[in-house]
Amino acid sequence: MTSAAPLFKAEIRDLSFRFGRTQVLKSVTLPIAERRVTALIGPSGCGKTTFLRCLNRMQDLHPDVRYEGEIILHPEKINILDPAVDPIEVRMRIGMVFQKPNPFPKSIFENVVYGLRIRGVRDRATLDERVVQALQDAALWDEVKDRLHAPATVLSGGQQQRLCIARALATNPEMILFDEPTSALDPVATSKIEELMTGLKDKVTIVIVTHNMQQAGRISDFTAFMFLGTLVEFGRTDTIFTNPSNKLTEEYITGRFG
Amino acid sequence: MMRKRNPGEQIIEALLLLAALSSVGITLGIVGVLLYESAVFFREVSVIEFLTDTQWTPLFADPHYGILPLLSGTMTTTGVALALALPLGTIMALYLSEYASAGVRETVKPFLELLTSVPTVIFGYFALLVVTPCLQLLWPALPGFNMLSAGLVIGVMIIPYISSVSEDALHAVPAHLREGSLAMGATRMQTAFRVVVPSAVSGIAAAYVLGISRAIGETMVVAIAAGMQPTLTWNPLEPAATVTAFIVQVSLGDLPHGSIGYQTIFVAGLTLFVVTFLFNVAGYMLRTRYHRKY
Ligand SMILES: Nc1ncnc2c1ncn2[C@@H]1O[C@H](COP(=O)(O)OP(=O)(O)OP(=O)(O)O)[C@@H](O)[C@H]1O
Ligand SMILES: [Mg+2]
Repeated sequence: MTSAAPLFKAEIRDLSFRFGRTQVLKSVTLPIAERRVTALIGPSGCGKTTFLRCLNRMQDLHPDVRYEGEIILHPEKINILDPAVDPIEVRMRIGMVFQKPNPFPKSIFENVVYGLRIRGVRDRATLDERVVQALQDAALWDEVKDRLHAPATVLSGGQQQRLCIARALATNPEMILFDEPTSALDPVATSKIEELMTGLKDKVTIVIVTHNMQQAGRISDFTAFMFLGTLVEFGRTDTIFTNPSNKLTEEYITGRFG
Repeated sequence: MMRKRNPGEQIIEALLLLAALSSVGITLGIVGVLLYESAVFFREVSVIEFLTDTQWTPLFADPHYGILPLLSGTMTTTGVALALALPLGTIMALYLSEYASAGVRETVKPFLELLTSVPTVIFGYFALLVVTPCLQLLWPALPGFNMLSAGLVIGVMIIPYISSVSEDALHAVPAHLREGSLAMGATRMQTAFRVVVPSAVSGIAAAYVLGISRAIGETMVVAIAAGMQPTLTWNPLEPAATVTAFIVQVSLGDLPHGSIGYQTIFVAGLTLFVVTFLFNVAGYMLRTRYHRKY
């Protein structure tokens, strides 16, 4: 784990979120360190996915939702929850990888360049170059370099998930949100993804939701423990795992509930 | 020890099989009759004449048996119908599946489906008595019977088939694909056209084939509104007979059984069957090819 004090990539201040009348997040305040991995842990239903999806305004897609508080994105320090901010702009800067691999019904190549095409990039050389880079960063290049134009669905589940990571990386996002990215994968595929995420740290800020304590311990620099829509404890991962200050955190980490 | 199978159940199974086979039998029977009667026809008229002669006048003193004038009528009315129904039906499906709130969708869909239960004879009179006069306001030289208004009304008739089947296909595309695209910063429109439509393409193709088959086989509207005169023309502003319109016209007259005029009904029917069948095969091949790829 890196030691120099990191800069902020985002600051979440007093974030509350409601689906209709149900309040799912209650005044969550949390910093996201730049080019570090922040892990979100907590029992099922505590609001981890909801929190993550607030960060790229994906929650706007549900009808009748309400945000309160601020999510300040650095370096400009804009509040991305401000109604004047276009959610599409936010999603252009913040990528997302889902629990279940979701490649599009297109070739491997077209999956990776999807975001670039959306952004109007046409130049063949640029596309080719970004595909190689993104697939290398996602540790998939060697396995697919000879069949870039094969449909993405011929890949295994683990390869598909790495393809989705490559797709997110291809547009050079500032931050990538991972929602339990390995929960549908076997241990070998999982360790490949953990490895590549560690390698991505010097390029991009990562926030990951995981139910796997070992995973959080292995790859994250900071850990946030959530419970019933509130943030219970936040700190450096080693501190949270070895010396949590909250009783609830300790019980959750040691597997006594959750 | 395994119990012997219940004989009652075996009987039911046999009956169900029989029911399933009966549809196959009926189809084969119809095709058989068409082929048999057409063979009788082709003993009198050469296939070449049938396919190349530019006149269809089987009941005249000097008979001609060229199917082209009827096919041109069918294709022109179908063309007009599809030019209206494919874009509109697809746009409606996209709107309902990708943009409309659940409330709007649940309100609009039943109305669309209601449209399919209007008897086609009503559509026929609507074409003749409403659409044609309206078109004549814009184009006074338009004849009272014309393929344009028949085609437009067939188009309206098949929109619900196209939009409803396409909408089902679009709606069945998993939400996580849409979210994947939106999370990349895509707009709803980009997501719809680049991810959702390609994922639903086989269902949309099925909707199109259904719509096309309906348009080709539609009889009432063309018989009422397009005129009954077989004319080799591709101009929708003119009157013309279609394959189906000819069949009704001749079936209603009292032709002696076994006369060549009587046989023309079957050969026209066979033509219709072959054209629709080809569209279905093309649609099927398109689907399997796409499926193999993704
Ligand atoms: N679309 C929705 N409408 C209403 N309530 C919702 C909706 N989605 C989630 N919730 C509620 O919000 C709460 C938090 O859900 P969320 O999915 O964020 O939990 P989670 O921590 O990610 O759980 P898990 O670990 O099981 O994925 C839950 O109580 C859930 O029932
Ligand atoms: Mg979740």
